[in-house]
Order: sequence, then structure tokens, then C-alpha cells
Amino acid sequence: MKKDLDRRRFVKIAGTSMGVGALYTVWPSLGRSAEAAELARRLGAQTGERPTPFTFAQLSDAHVGFDGPNGNKALEKAVATINGLPRRPDLVLFTGDLTHDTEKPGEHAARMSLFREISGRLQVAKVYHVPGEHDAGLDGGELFRSVFGPTSYSFDHRGVHFIALDNVSRARPEVGEEQRAWLAKDLSRFHPTTPIVVFTHRPLFDLRPDWEWFTSDGDDVMNLLAPYENVTVLYGHIHREDHHAIGHAQHFAARSLCFAFPDPDKVEDKKAIPFDKDQPFKNLGLRVIDRTAGSAAHADTVRVQDVELAMNELSGTEGFDQLLKPPTF
Amino acid sequence: MTGQSTFRVAAAGLAVVASLLAVASPAARAQDEPRVIVITAKRFEFSPNQITLAKGETVKLQVKSEDVTHGLFVRPLGIDAEIAPGRVTELTLTPETAGTYRAICDHFCGAGHGGMKMTIVVRE
Repeated sequence: MKKDLDRRRFVKIAGTSMGVGALYTVWPSLGRSAEAAELARRLGAQTGERPTPFTFAQLSDAHVGFDGPNGNKALEKAVATINGLPRRPDLVLFTGDLTHDTEKPGEHAARMSLFREISGRLQVAKVYHVPGEHDAGLDGGELFRSVFGPTSYSFDHRGVHFIALDNVSRARPEVGEEQRAWLAKDLSRFHPTTPIVVFTHRPLFDLRPDWEWFTSDGDDVMNLLAPYENVTVLYGHIHREDHHAIGHAQHFAARSLCFAFPDPDKVEDKKAIPFDKDQPFKNLGLRVIDRTAGSAAHADTVRVQDVELAMNELSGTEGFDQLLKPPTF
Repeated sequence: MTGQSTFRVAAAGLAVVASLLAVASPAARAQDEPRVIVITAKRFEFSPNQITLAKGETVKLQVKSEDVTHGLFVRPLGIDAEIAPGRVTELTLTPETAGTYRAICDHFCGAGHGGMKMTIVVRE
């Protein structure tokens, strides 16, 4: 039974939200059968690489320049934490609001430079970014593009297709027709069971519309992704953990590196959780799920590791473990 | 935010509305015309910041911006309008369920954008 279960599993993305983001482990548990090898070959042909184990981290909402009590310390700590991991992630994805907006001439560019300086200390192979509305809402993304390049793009990494979506540069919570057309074309070469990770800033569903926690054409985007069975959407914006399973897609939010928002189901007004000087990183904690590479028999074992930032305990993080279905070529 | 229901909302340019009104007699126009409520948006507030409607009452919102482009968004009322400066954006709605609704600016307009909101109360 265990063997059958493992053989059905193709690629797992296991992750845990960290106050400073989330670390994910992609775990192909193919076994050694000829059938599994053929699946790997076919998926590799689609994405350019055969699926192999790797980890990646998501960081979000650093708001460099925001006049808060923590300054940029949480971002700096996140960078140090990732650099200190026993097995460093292949990738780091930043899901927007790298900086806090300002209309003072030259100041926003200076904040973007400071963000680059701090995040540039990450000792990982690749770092990817999407903008948040505080990065791109006032200038249509011009400054962001001058520093980081396009606001939407895609790439493949070890058998997983990653898609960066921009739902902020139009100033409204919107992806827009042009980007949706690009997305449809981008997806067209993939089989429905290809593992897909979308990363964006705002939630692509109505989480709390009257707090502006939505994307107006999020349904249209998810309809384009609906034929694909292994979709993980990573986003920020809401400054708290969240997990929603909608259709085939799993939607995960990472915490902020600046301040936390409360549970939208428990309060009426969107107000930041008050800063606690005795626990400066409360709600900004870190937890890592580490899945050590090994045989498929170990694929179900998740080792949760709490990583201390500057406090003695982490506040309420919950790990998650997503099973991605096997391809059916 | 309370109440979830269906509302009818129609947005139209002033020119279209004006042309439709032009064909009605003055007496019919006075009798049929909905109440008009003018709302002004500027960074980072709406004025007035609360309006009260009656359930089933058709009203016309005339929304204008005094500075930059804003949004007026209320999902339960079906309101999703872009408020560009230099023009009046007109919205006609007939709320069908009583409740208190939060309207927000959903067009990022600067540092205080997140707090730009108003309340729409619909009474029985």
C-alpha cells in the first residue's frame, strides 16, 4: 500500500510559511520503475529539465523605507536565515512590496537600491521578483522594470514551470487582458499535469474584497489555469499566512517582513497588529519544512524545523504539504 | 460589511444620460428621476464619507475626483468604477438588501490609499 501510494505521487511541493516568507521543497517521488522513468523523461522534455528535488523560498512585503519600528531588520534576518540553512534553496521568490512608495523625488529609487543591496546578500543561485502596488502602483511599474526587468515572465526549474504575474502595475487589482493572453500562450505547451507555480502579489480570488484583498480578473486567470491539475499560487499583500484550496489550485500567502495584519474573519477593520517592543518579530517568525533527499520510502516524512529569529518562539505558523498528482501522458 | 445580495448597477457617461433625458417631458422627468448623490474623491478620502439609501430606491451617484484617478469599489453592490479627474462618473443603482457596506478606493493613489473608504448604508 505504501509503495503504491508513493508511486502515485510524482512531485510534491511541501512548504511552510515563515514570517519572513516560506520555504518549499519540491520532491519528486517517482521510485525506480520504468514507468516512472518514462514520466520523468516526458516531463523533462516539456520543461527542459527532469524533475529532481529542490527547495525554494518565498519572501514578501519587505516595504523597505516604511517608517516602522523594525526598519529593515526582518528582511536582513530573512536573508541571514536563508543563508544559514543547512541546504540553501535553489531559488528565492519575492512576491511584491519590496519597497514602500514615496513621492519624494529620487527617494523611491533609493529604497529600491537599498532593497537590492540587502537582498543581494542572498547566497542562492537565482532570485525572482514581482512588484506590489507599493512598488509599481504610482508609476505603472516603470521604476521596478528599470531595476528588475519585466513584471511578468515565466521559467522552468527542475521540472516545475514557474509563472510571475503582475496584478499591480495597472494601479487597480487587475492582471489585464494583455497579460492574460500572454499567460494562455505560455501555458499552451504544457500537459495538464505539469507542476505549475504561479507567484504574484495580490490574491487571485476574493479573500476580503473590502480590504482590497482580491484581483478583479482573478477568476479569468484561474480559468486559464483550471485545466492544469497541479497549480500552486503563491502571493503576498495580506501580511499573514493563508491557505485556500480552490479547484485544482492551492493558494498560499506568506507573511510580511514589515508588519502583520489580523485575521480578516475576526475583525472588521484592516489595521496592522500593534507592534510589541518585547517581541519585535512576533508574527514575523520562521519555520522551515525540510525534506531531506532520500529514497521514496521517506517521501512522507516531513521534518519541521523552527528557526528562531530574535524571539524564543514562533507565532502560529502552520506548515502545509501539497500533493501534486502524477502526470497522465 | 453586512449583507450579501444582488443589486442592479448601471454606469453611463453623462452624455448618454443627457440624451435620454432630453426626450422625456419635464413633468415625467421630475417624477421619474432618481435621487442624485454627489461624491467627491480626493487623496485619501471620499466626501461625504457615508451615505444612506433606502432598500429598493434607485439612486444616481455622481462621482468626481479632485486630484488623481481613484476607484470606487463595493463588491456586494456591484460597484467597480474608475474615477478619473476632469469628468463625472455616474452610477445608477437600486439596492435590494439592507445592510452596511464599505466602499473603497481600489486604484492605488499614494501613501494613504489603504485607508480611503466610505460607508454606504441601505435601510429597510
